[in-house]
Amino acid sequence: MFDWQFCALLLSNGVLIGLMYSLIALGFVLVYKATDAFNFAQGEFVMLSGLLVAVGLGSYGAPLWLAVTVALVLMAAFGFGLERVVLRPMIGRPVIAVIMATIGLAAVLRGFGPLVWGAETKPLPLPIPDTPIVLGPLLIPPIQVVGAATSLLFLAGFGWFFLRSRIGVAMRAVADSQQVAMAMGINVERYFALAWAMTGVVSALGGVVWGNLLGVDVHLSLVGLKVFPVVILGGMDSVPGAVVGGLIVGIVENVAAGYLDPYVGGGTKDFAPYVLMILALMVRPYGLFGKEIIERV
Amino acid sequence: MIHRECGVLKTSYEADMALYPLPIARWAVGAIAAVMFAVLPLALGEYYLSLINLVSIAVVGALGLNLLVGYTGQISVGHGAFMSVGAYTAANLAVRLHAPFWIALPLGGLMAAVIGALVGIPSLRIKGLYLAIATLAGQFIIEWLINHVTWISGGVQASIEVPRPRLFGFEIASQRAMYFFLLVCVVLAIVAALNLLRSRIGRAFVAIRDHDIAAEIIGIDIFRYKLIAFAISSFYAGVTGVLYTYYLGVANYEQFQITVSIDYLAMIIIGGLGSVLGSIFGAIFVTLLPILIRYAMEAFGGLLFSPAALLNIIPNLRLIAFGVLIMVFLVVEPEGLNRLWRNIRNYFRVWPFAY
Repeated sequence: MFDWQFCALLLSNGVLIGLMYSLIALGFVLVYKATDAFNFAQGEFVMLSGLLVAVGLGSYGAPLWLAVTVALVLMAAFGFGLERVVLRPMIGRPVIAVIMATIGLAAVLRGFGPLVWGAETKPLPLPIPDTPIVLGPLLIPPIQVVGAATSLLFLAGFGWFFLRSRIGVAMRAVADSQQVAMAMGINVERYFALAWAMTGVVSALGGVVWGNLLGVDVHLSLVGLKVFPVVILGGMDSVPGAVVGGLIVGIVENVAAGYLDPYVGGGTKDFAPYVLMILALMVRPYGLFGKEIIERV
Repeated sequence: MIHRECGVLKTSYEADMALYPLPIARWAVGAIAAVMFAVLPLALGEYYLSLINLVSIAVVGALGLNLLVGYTGQISVGHGAFMSVGAYTAANLAVRLHAPFWIALPLGGLMAAVIGALVGIPSLRIKGLYLAIATLAGQFIIEWLINHVTWISGGVQASIEVPRPRLFGFEIASQRAMYFFLLVCVVLAIVAALNLLRSRIGRAFVAIRDHDIAAEIIGIDIFRYKLIAFAISSFYAGVTGVLYTYYLGVANYEQFQITVSIDYLAMIIIGGLGSVLGSIFGAIFVTLLPILIRYAMEAFGGLLFSPAALLNIIPNLRLIAFGVLIMVFLVVEPEGLNRLWRNIRNYFRVWPFAY
């Protein structure tokens, strides 16, 4: 007997969680699209901004709008400074250098947060009711709806931004070829810094949403690990790819966890997206919407 | 100093290819070997020997990873998992089949080599970041399998106790005995790596790293050599896992998580990519860094912070120092400690008459 209600619940949950993954993946895609750099510290960005908001609310008693604004500004400044100090010297260096630099950054952030604000889990309360919305057979937590809506809003916003706005087009040009972009009079370094600042802002929103859902401590950075399956499935340099990848990962992990966990003893949630990702890498390494790189000698 | 290269005239290819072409290098290696084999074990206590043992284990792993990342140019973020494959293979062999240590050690390495080559298969089509992410997936999948398949992990805690290793009828019980055994392993690992690198395989590795398409055009079977690189590197990792398991006395997957993979990557970045000596420097540095930080904080941190705060500060400070060092080396000295050492050496090469 197939339980439709259970399946629908898993699917709806997967869609909402998946959209929230897309929000974090968007930060990754932004940087990759504009600067060809990979941010292995994406999860730590999310954690740091979650911490900033939680500390602003908890320790300083600031109102929510102020705490979020301060976190947004600080994260943008952080992204800006980071690009200047660490990532600019990495231009033109081998892939592993960039990967290791962001991994090093991840270690620093994971140590820095607890060192300054303590290791205990902090709540990040939002003025959103806890009682789930009942929609026929579905139970939907409101925070997930808010998260998914924020995510969709930003994804649409960035989709438009890259397609139409002057800055977005310049960023695409920079991503395509730095040299040609320079020749066209585009200030490449400025757009690099801008891309990192924008990642900081997107991560800050991710931090607010995910921090509310999971509570803020070091383990919040683990959501960053889900970014890799999302961007690989969708394509590293594609905003719609981030949405589709997020949806696939969200649905697969929820359905797999719902149906397989009783048999294998848990942990399928973390395992299934990676298996899917390996398959995707074998068949279509550049993802569903990614730009295929053709190598010429 | 100025005369050390005088009178060294190479008249054959063998002399040109020699591992230590200069007499001074041979003396230096001999002196270091004498210190390591004779002076240190007599002079140091069990605790310091156990630290050196940790370093020795790390040297083997770092060498293996450097063969893959530094010499072949293929990234692996899954070496921690390869180590766990070696560890659990050896532990299962030792506990279930009562396999002696000298069989369990190489079989652990071989099993890791097989799994490593499997994980390396995607390297045919993908490279760079995509390969890094594929090996990251390998890390998680192997970790999950070991954790969830009780046939491998043998129970709830996913840990298997191993007996003390025995070799030639001797039981390696004390840290001192372990020290000599590990030292032999390190020497074997270094000599094997050095010789591999001047062989046909090693040249092929370097060619693939420098330009894979060009390497293919001059007739190197890229796929084959990439898999060989993955296999050899994972063999080293597997052996590292076995050694660490026997060092601890228990095989536990928590000792081989993603952070371990990153630690080893940090070793070869800090030590120097594509350098055997650098792997050794990096292994020493990264292994001893947390211990030094703990000492420093326990000695001086009490002046500034309360003991309870120190418990929070020390592990986090370690993470920060670790990350900052990786970034500083990448930005300031991409060729790592090995480069610093070469700079010092080259300065003294013509000292005191620099011009």
